[in-house]
Order: sequence, then structure tokens, then C-alpha cells
Amino acid sequence: MNEKGILKTGQIAEVWRRLRRNRAAIVGGVIVLLFVFIAIFAPWLSPYPPNEGELTKRLKPPCREHLLGTDPLGRDLLSRVIYGARISLQVQIISVSIALVVGTLLGMIGGYYGGRLDNLIMRLMDILLAFPGIFLAISIIAVLGPGLTNLMLAAGIYSIPQFARIVRGSVISLKEKEFIEAARAVGEGDIDILFRYLLPNSMAPIIVQTTLRMATVLLTASGLSFLGLGVQPPTAEWGAMLSNARAYLITAPHVATVLGLAIMLVVMGFNLFGDGLRDSLDPRLRE
Amino acid sequence: MGKENTLLSIKNLRTHFYSRGHTIYALDGVSFEIEKGMTFGLVGETGCGKSVTALSILRLIPYPPGKIVQGEIHFKGRNLLRLSEEEIRSIRGKEISMIFQEPMTSLNPVFRIGDQMMEVIMLHQKVGKPVAYERAVEMLERVHMPDARKIMRQFPHQLSGGMRQRAMIAMELSCRPYLLIADEPTTALDVTIQAQILRLLKEMKKEFDTSILLITHDLGVIAEMCDRVGVMYAGSIVEEASVEDIFKDPKHPYTRGLWGAIPRMEEEKETLSVIPGMVPDLSQPPTGCKFHPRCTFRFEPCDRFVPPPAEVSEGHFVACFLYQGKDGNG
Amino acid sequence: MAESLLEVRGLKKYFPIQKGWWKERLYIRAVDGVDLSISRGEVLGLVGESGCGKTTVGRLILKLIEPTEGEIIFEGKDLSKLDKKEIHSLRRSFQIIFQDPFASLNPRMTVAEIVGRPMEIHGLVDRYQRDERVAQLLESVGLQREHLYRYPHEFSGGQRQRIGIARALATKPKLIVADEPTSALDVSVQAQILNLMKELKEVFGLTYLFISHNIGVIRHLSDRVGVMYLGKVVEMGKKKGLFQSPLHPYTKALLAAVPTLDPKKKREEVILEGDVQSPINPPRGCRFHPRCRYALPRCPKEEPLFHFVEEDRSVACHLYG
Ligand SMILES: Nc1ncnc2c1ncn2[C@@H]1O[C@H](COP(=O)(O)OP(=O)(O)OP(=O)(O)O)[C@@H](O)[C@H]1O
Ligand SMILES: Nc1ncnc2c1ncn2[C@@H]1O[C@H](COP(=O)(O)OP(=O)(O)O)[C@@H](O)[C@H]1O
Ligand code: SF4
Ligand code: SF4
Ligand SMILES: [Mg+2]
Ligand SMILES: [Mg+2]
Repeated sequence: MNEKGILKTGQIAEVWRRLRRNRAAIVGGVIVLLFVFIAIFAPWLSPYPPNEGELTKRLKPPCREHLLGTDPLGRDLLSRVIYGARISLQVQIISVSIALVVGTLLGMIGGYYGGRLDNLIMRLMDILLAFPGIFLAISIIAVLGPGLTNLMLAAGIYSIPQFARIVRGSVISLKEKEFIEAARAVGEGDIDILFRYLLPNSMAPIIVQTTLRMATVLLTASGLSFLGLGVQPPTAEWGAMLSNARAYLITAPHVATVLGLAIMLVVMGFNLFGDGLRDSLDPRLRE
Repeated sequence: MGKENTLLSIKNLRTHFYSRGHTIYALDGVSFEIEKGMTFGLVGETGCGKSVTALSILRLIPYPPGKIVQGEIHFKGRNLLRLSEEEIRSIRGKEISMIFQEPMTSLNPVFRIGDQMMEVIMLHQKVGKPVAYERAVEMLERVHMPDARKIMRQFPHQLSGGMRQRAMIAMELSCRPYLLIADEPTTALDVTIQAQILRLLKEMKKEFDTSILLITHDLGVIAEMCDRVGVMYAGSIVEEASVEDIFKDPKHPYTRGLWGAIPRMEEEKETLSVIPGMVPDLSQPPTGCKFHPRCTFRFEPCDRFVPPPAEVSEGHFVACFLYQGKDGNG
Repeated sequence: MAESLLEVRGLKKYFPIQKGWWKERLYIRAVDGVDLSISRGEVLGLVGESGCGKTTVGRLILKLIEPTEGEIIFEGKDLSKLDKKEIHSLRRSFQIIFQDPFASLNPRMTVAEIVGRPMEIHGLVDRYQRDERVAQLLESVGLQREHLYRYPHEFSGGQRQRIGIARALATKPKLIVADEPTSALDVSVQAQILNLMKELKEVFGLTYLFISHNIGVIRHLSDRVGVMYLGKVVEMGKKKGLFQSPLHPYTKALLAAVPTLDPKKKREEVILEGDVQSPINPPRGCRFHPRCRYALPRCPKEEPLFHFVEEDRSVACHLYG
């Protein structure tokens, strides 16, 4: 495929120009960048190992040694939050990738071929969407069993319909365009039309959806872990940690507060950035 | 200047658009006059400023990004650029009306044709609903709409392109304007329908004694309809003459190029003459004569000075250095 | 006359549409029985008002859509009898130039890819020769080598149309269907493109089916001309004869409606009244009869046959036998 084809050079400058003027998007972008930075450099940034606690220092409030205090097992909370970013990012990337690949393929096939196949795919997506919110992910975990891998799978499957729908819509509107007819006239086959013509021209909505989904997936994943269905202790995961912190909500409210804030901030960051990206990539994408 | 029967006189009009840090010099010193009862044709290629001229006259240039930065537009003795917003609104649709290329853009899709016409009539003629209704029906009949009362109840999208243009003309002429601005009124129509609409415009002009500013890029339409013609290029009028003169004896190199580029019905040529290059980007217009980068006749003053219009024969003005010697009074 | 490259007989295309909730099946009769033939090296102009089926004829000939009925014979081969693979390899031989220079190029491909893909698909070049061949082609359509790696949005309408022409030429085709190739362009650019197409026809030995609603343009380029009305060809003949003495009442009205460039010559009042009827429910008998000033009593009842009335002039009208 054509690497440069995702965006035209002149367009990148234009998108950047518009993005720069959108203050909310910039704030979102900075949060996202910070989050990614922390996740990548977690071993260097965190003052203590995340899973080793001193039982003598349980539930300490923030102090000089432990900037955010410690958790019920005496582990440094700051370090755990930092390592939590790592797990979260990993879950986000893998889940969203699953959804991106599967959803995009299904959407392209449905949109391009139409007819029965499209009907079948879209009904399948409707079934997935019919489950209210996180319930779908819970059902998947119920079948697969808890654990990090299954969590990523569940969060991924849960996001497939969104990608499928968006890509399908884009493909349906694109395939009537003259340049697709031109491609047929020179003898391009279906696979080439899909990957050389339709996919590169659907990139803008896909990029936006990817960013926005990063937020939803984080929320889903930490929600599942919170319910004990996802990442299992002692792995530092925000949702699981939050779940633990519940027991000490009265005695040590700062633990829950910090974790809640971290999740909220990152979700907000991705959402703001995704919205800004959508507005600058193609204002028409706003529904 | 300021002759007895001058209806509209535009002097040195400059309209610019400011976008993305660029200035687009859409109109760069446009001057012409329209006399009572005359059809003045404005012809030129895409983006040369024809529509901006029309919108400037009605002060409909969107601000921002656009602005009339200089010039005068005298209409029946009043400078339109000095009028208050309210005064200009009472002129629009009553004394000066406008029809567009695609009537769908100016007809409101959610209202019936009849309601839209009656609203205009009630607004400008200060009459009640029953009178407005009868006048609207009468106007539709005058533009030869079959079954006018039925059309009154229809929505714009239920009419064909030609019918919509008729409805538009009926609506715009209902207040008997002094000047009708028609911006590419037939470009979206097929030739046989175009012929019907052009005939209708001629008929209406006679009947209502309206002057017309006809904007088009079709020289055939110009030849058929107009008394005088202005040829526009990159925001200025490069040649202005009576329709006979400009077809018999086009002078400006651009006019000549344009005339030669048209595949004609009447005569056959092996190859068409072409104007090399492309229309310039109006955010970076060429210096001096704007046509100089494409002109095969250019010589030394052309890229440094702007050629002023010179009268080469009575009523025939050309803005080109090739003709500067031949004018009497500049 | 030279041998015929393309022969079309009884071509029909009905597009199904659904009207109302009760799903009544209706058909747009976009093309409803068209016969034509094009000889090698010839330019056949197809003229008519919008919606009369010109584009559909072009798409049918190129096998971009399947005909409802009728035969298309290209170089003696009946296209409906060929399998997918044979059609694919035949695509080399017929190409199309589109009306809209903005919509017809993939915005995410460079010029080298747009023009080079057809060569690759048909195995005419390997990767290393491709760009060189594209560059040569660009030069022959009046673009430059430097344009190879640019994207379509960096070009003007006229330049894009040149890219479209280069793409059509890439496989060295025999027949090119040009569907209103200059309708979206300004007159001065239109002249450049028309001259280019004329020149390329000689250089590459092409045959054109040239579709346009602009009668001046058709007249400039064509050798023979077919006039379409509501899905049918109503008159066809050599350009000169047809323009000098049109026979069919619609052809007469169409030619009379074109404004001439002579301000002194005022139009004789033979303006055609009314609108074109709907192709969903075309008038019975002669489709032109509701607007025809010469209509005979039999016209609303009997459909006139398309037949030769003189050498190389066919008309479908009861006035001529
Ligand atoms: N709202 C606007 N914002 C920015 N530039 C504008 C705007 N309206 C017009 N222009 C610019 O002004 C110039 C003249 O435009 P105008 O619409 O008058 O052309 P025209 O002669 O009517 O062309 P056409 O034949 O295509 O209708 C163009 O360069 C155009 O891009
Ligand atoms: N894919 C399609 N589906 C339904 N109707 C179509 C389709 N393509 C063309 N038509 C209809 O067929 C008729 C002829 O169209 P077309 O061949 O595009 O006309 P032209 O090119 O002469 O303007 C029109 O009424 C048009 O609306
Ligand atoms: S002024 Fe010079 S460049 Fe301009 S049209 Fe005349 S000769 Fe050509
Ligand atoms: S067949 Fe009859 S109605 Fe049709 S064009 Fe001829 S005279 Fe007119
Ligand atoms: Mg305009
Ligand atoms: Mg068409």
C-alpha cells in the first residue's frame, strides 16, 4: 500500500493548522502524549518497584517519600499508578487494534459487496450493539474467563461494530465516485479497489474513531478489572486497584481519588483529542 | 458620465477576500455603466469575478471574509455603498433583483412556490394576501407557466430545472425592478430549455422595461441577448464595447484568444486557437497587465504598468498597451 | 468505409427503481434500443440533452454495467459471450475519459500510480520501467516529468483532465469513450484539451466515441454524429450532412436552439416547447411526439423505425417513410 497516501502533504499542514487553533484538542493531545510518555518510561519514572510493598507503611497519606502515599499493602501508589499507565496503554493498543483490523475488514467487505453478505455482517454487528454498554464485554469474559488476554479480546470485540459501521458508511459513499469506476475501467480487481482506493480514502474517519475508541476501551477495561473480571492482582491496573481501594474509601480516600482522577484524565484526553482531530480532518464527520 | 439615462454606474470597484492569511483580489478596479433598458453582458472564465461583481452591487458580499474596499456604485443617482443596511434591503428584490444559476439555491426548498412569491410581493408592494395571491398567479402566467394555480401549491423540487428558473424569474420580476441581475441563468439548463428561458428574459425585459446585467461564460448567449459587453479577466474589465463591435472586431489579446478558442457551430477549423497557460491565482495576481504571463503580444511596459482603458473607437474601450496610442482622450 | 471496430445492436439498459412503500417495480429506461457502429480511426459524436442516456451507452460499451438487452461486438467478438478473464484482458483495448476531472482521479494516489496502474495490471511494464513510461506519456499529454510524484489536488482542472487522458492512453487502447471530457472546463482550457485529443488521435491511431451535450464541441471533433433523445438514437449521419440538413424534427430544434456567435443573426423562432418527458414512462409511439411540431396522426401510436434514408444517414421518424 501507499504509505504517503494516508494524508496528502498539503493536507497535513492544513489539519495541523486547524488543530493548533483548537485549544481543547491541544489540551487533550498534551494529556495523551504525557500518558504515553509515562507508560513507555515507567521503569525510569517510578521511584519504587510497583509490586513490592512494606507492610509497615500501609495506607500512608502522601508524604515526601511517597508522594501519593501508599496502598493497603504498603506499595508506593505513585509507582503503581505509573506502571498502571503501562498496562492501560497495552490493553488499549491491543484491543483497539483487534477492533480496527476486524471492524475495518468487515465494514469494507459489507460496504463494497452489499447485498446478502452486507446484511449478514450488519445484523451481526447489530447483535453486538444490542447488548447495553459494558454488558457485552462482561458476557464475553463470562465465556472466555477472566485475565489480561481475555480482557483485551473482550474490549476489542466490543469495539468492532463501531469500526465496521463507520468504514462501511465511508465505503458506500466512496464506491459511487467516478474514480472507482475509473479503476474498474482499467481492470483493477476487487482486492486492489478495496485496499488501494477505498481504504486510503477512508483513513480520516478511521483515525478519528481509533482515537476516540482508545478512551472507551480504557474505560471498559478498567471497568471490567474493577469488577474483578479483567487484570488480576497483583498487577498494577487502574481498575483493579480502584476496586481494592474501595475497601479503604473512608480511611484512605486519596487512593481512590488518585486512581479515579488518572482514569478520568486519560479518557478525557483521548476524547478531546479525538474530537479535535475529527473537526480538523473533516468537519463533515461530525454527526 | 452621469448621463441622463444611466441607471447603474460602477466606478473603480475593488472587492477583496481575506482568508487564511491571503488576500484574494477578486475585483481590482471594475468600472462600467448600464443604461436604462439595456442588457449589459459580463463574460469571462471561472473565477474572474463576475459573480462577485453582482454580489457587490447588491452588497451581498459575505463579511468576513469579503469586503468592498474601494469604489462607487451609483444606482439612480444614489451611491449604494453609502446606504444603510435597511435602505439597501428595501432596494434588493424591489428595485434590483437577482436570479442565479441554480434556482434551488435561492428558492427555499421547504416553502411552496406560491408562499414564497406572495411573501416577496407583500413585503415590497405593501398589499394584503388576496391581492398578493392574484398578482403571483398573474406573474406565473406571464412567464408561461402552464396551470399557474397548481404551481403555486408546489414545492421547488417538484419542478424541473427550466420550470424552477421560470418561477424564479416570475418572482424576481413581480416587483418590476429597474435592474435584473442574472448570474448564469441558463448554465445548468439544456440548450432547448436555455432557448426558452432566454426568449422569456427578452420578452420580460420588453414588457417590464427592465435593464439586465447578464453574467455568463457562453459567448453565444452574449451574442443573442446583449447590447453591450464587458470582458472580464482576473478581476478587471479588459474590454468593453457594443455587442456588434466586440464580435466583429475584438481587440484585446485575451478577448481575441477567447473568441478563437470556441468551437463554433457555423464554421470549421482544424485546430482551435489556444491561450497558453492558466487563469492566474487571484491571491497572487500578476503585476502590470494581469494578462501578460499568457499574452503573446506583450512588450516592455506590460509587466510593470497597468494599462488604463482607452477608447479605440466610439464606445469601444480596451485596456491594453497595444492600443494606447490610438485614443483621443484616454 | 473502413472496417468497423465496434458494433452495437438493440442495446437496452433499464435501471430498476422502487416507488412508494408498496414497492411498485418501475424502470428507468435509460437506454432503450440503440444501434450504432464505429469504424477504426473514426470519431463518432453522441449528442443529446442531459439524461437522454449518453453516459449509460458509454458505460455499457465499456462493460462497466451489464446491458438489459442487446449486443456489443468489439473487433468481431460479442462481449456478452466472453468470460470474466477475456473481458479483463479486453479492458486494455477500450478506455474512458470522464467528465469530472476532480472526481475521476483517486486523491490518495500519485500521478505515477494513477497512470502507471493500468500498465501494471495488464503486465505491460515491470516496476522499474513504469515511471519512465508514465513520464513519457505525461509529456505527450502536455504535462511534465516533474509531475510524476504529485497528487491530483495539486493540479488545475485542465491538468487533471490531462492526467485522465494519460491514464486512458496507458494501455495503448484502440477505442476511447470520452464522456463529456471538457464540460467541466473553461473555454480556453477546453480548447487546449480538444486540440490535444485531436492530436493524440493521429499519433496513437485512436478511435473515439465522443459524448457531449455541447454541439459546437461535437461538431469540432466528430466525423459522424448520433443524436439521442430519451434513450434512443433518433438520427445519425456524417457530420457535414447532418449539421447542414438535419432531418429529424428533434435534431432541427436542437441545432436551432444553439445560440450563434453572430449578434446580427437573430434566431428564427423554432424554439422547442415543453420539457423532456420522463424516461420512466416515455411517451408511446414516437417519444418526441408531445413536443413535435410536425407530428402526424400515427406518431403517438406507432414507433418509428430507425432506418437508412440516404447513404449513411439514418432517421427514426414517420416523416421519412
Ligand atoms: N466567499 C469567498 N471567499 C473567498 N474568496 C472568494 C469568495 N467568493 C469569491 N471569491 C473569489 O473571488 C474570485 C471571483 O469569484 P467569482 O465567484 O466572482 O467568479 P465568477 O467569475 O463568477 O466565476 P464562475 O464563472 O465560476 O461563476 C475568485 O477568485 C473566488 O475564489
Ligand atoms: N445507476 C443508475 N441508477 C438509476 N438510474 C440511472 C443510473 N444511471 C443513469 N440513470 C438514469 O438513466 C438516465 C440516463 O442517464 P445518463 O446516461 O447518465 O444520461 P446522460 O449522460 O445523457 O446525461 C437518466 O434518467 C438517469 O437518471
Ligand atoms: S497590455 Fe501587454 S500584456 Fe496586456 S494584453 Fe496588452 S499587450 Fe498583452
Ligand atoms: S415520428 Fe412523428 S412525432 Fe416523431 S419526430 Fe417524426 S413527425 Fe415528429
Ligand atoms: Mg459565478
Ligand atoms: Mg452524462
